[in-house]
Amino acid sequence: MNQKLTYTMQEVMVAVAARQIRDGELVFVGMRLPLLAFAVAKRMHAPRAVGLFECGLMRDEPAPELLYTMSDPPNIAGAIWSTRMINLMGMLQQGAVQLGMIGGAEVDRFGNVNTSYIGSRQRPTVKLPGSGGAADIASLAGRFLIIMQHERRRFKERVDYITSPGFGEGGDWRRHVGLPGGGPAAIITTLGTLSFDPETKEAILASHHPGVTPDEVCRQTGWPLRVSPAVHETAPPTDEELAIIRHYDPKGFWTRP
Amino acid sequence: MMGKVMTMAQAIGRFVPDGCSVLMGAALESLIPFAAGHEIIRQRRRNLTLIGPISDILFDQLIGAGCASRVIAAWVGNVSAGLAHNYRRAAEANTPHRLDIEDHSNFTLSLALLAGGLGAPFIPTKTLLGTDLLPGSQSFQLSSEPDTGAPLVHVQAITPDVAILQVQRSDREGNAHCWGNLGVSEEGGLASRGVIIVAEEVVSREMILSDPNRVLLPSAKVVAVVHEPWGAHPSPVQGFYGRDHGFYEQYHLASRAKEGFEQWLKEWVLDVEDRTGYLARLPKDRLNQLKPSQRRLAAPVDYGY
Repeated sequence: MNQKLTYTMQEVMVAVAARQIRDGELVFVGMRLPLLAFAVAKRMHAPRAVGLFECGLMRDEPAPELLYTMSDPPNIAGAIWSTRMINLMGMLQQGAVQLGMIGGAEVDRFGNVNTSYIGSRQRPTVKLPGSGGAADIASLAGRFLIIMQHERRRFKERVDYITSPGFGEGGDWRRHVGLPGGGPAAIITTLGTLSFDPETKEAILASHHPGVTPDEVCRQTGWPLRVSPAVHETAPPTDEELAIIRHYDPKGFWTRP
Repeated sequence: MMGKVMTMAQAIGRFVPDGCSVLMGAALESLIPFAAGHEIIRQRRRNLTLIGPISDILFDQLIGAGCASRVIAAWVGNVSAGLAHNYRRAAEANTPHRLDIEDHSNFTLSLALLAGGLGAPFIPTKTLLGTDLLPGSQSFQLSSEPDTGAPLVHVQAITPDVAILQVQRSDREGNAHCWGNLGVSEEGGLASRGVIIVAEEVVSREMILSDPNRVLLPSAKVVAVVHEPWGAHPSPVQGFYGRDHGFYEQYHLASRAKEGFEQWLKEWVLDVEDRTGYLARLPKDRLNQLKPSQRRLAAPVDYGY
């Protein structure tokens, strides 16, 4: 851990995710870091972005209090729409949602995410909670971000189970299996940001966070991670971004390392 | 003929038999019918099929108590704290016994219940194509569009035997107002053969009829109305009480080991008679802390003509 920094890696991840949100977009916002990213984006450069919560809520302003779940009462109060879950999922399937954000337990070389079974389906080593709305976001959103801890055991050549589809086996796999959404745009981790090769759809290192070397990222990745020729150090969170993050999560509930 | 209003024990006794399929947690992390779930545990129900998109720790409790042989869900865990320990023990070690898991996503579970309520055999979708949820699943069939041949997933209808829905208020017939975020409550209630309404308040028919847009589902589907204040604790009910975050954290710690869970179950479920007994175990000021600190009344709606 780099003790010179005045921010956590989680706060870096929030800033990176926030910068991916474009003004006016409909964004499926999850819990934890994506929620904070939405708050930052709204204040900074995407005032007209609208957040969707898979339970059935649409908000154009972040909830005034820190949320522990998306169904918490402060999330309903002040929502611009509280509707049936299926209505928001329908918008997703129609292609009306430009961006989604999901977390993961395991991710692989082509951005497939596992939140279901580590080990075999019949006798798993670890039974994870399941998709929730993540598989839907990955299948149907215009593009999506994967936000997760970067550890070698989690970054595998191939996930044990595809819960949320990335680029499958690479290339034009998504088109071949009939998925309408655009697939993952980036993997934002505690060590850096990965983007996807436009041809092969393989994840490549786009930036390494302050205090982290590209080598370190490659060592923590379970396949030979290609490094982009344009690789650079991630721009750290600005004072303004940090102020917004810490306003919404004053005790660092979600952003502690 | 008995009216619909009855105690929780009577409602569970009559309408949730061994082996049935039961929808709970239709509103995701709010309005979770924990009081009903605890009565199911006390009455030692077995071989239930639990259905719900995300029911937070309720399903974990029922699984750990040995009530479930099957679960149909999009996500089973402790939302604010992490993994569900009993669910893990069941899937990884067949403890307390084997659990059949049918994996859904939030969208497909919604579609399955919608199909059930529409009386349709299936609803097609493009979600989950290419994922490992499809192979070998009873819930999905890979198909294709007739004209283009483009791949499609057919989501088979789900028609639960009973749905247990927590609401803010209901009349004695089961005409119920529910507000906040409802998730798949409407689809789920319509898809189910019978509905148990668990209400914070039982009110007059006139009050319900004053706002027909807010009625959750037809009372013809309601088999029982249970008056159970705080019936959703620790989950929140908009306008009545907030989420008891600390309770979920404590459960997460207590249930990490099987013995710890069994101790927790004894203390909070088996050794109390009912919800009143459960509430009496909470720290003295907890309920007051969870009550709303402010009102947020909606603009009145005028149905006059």
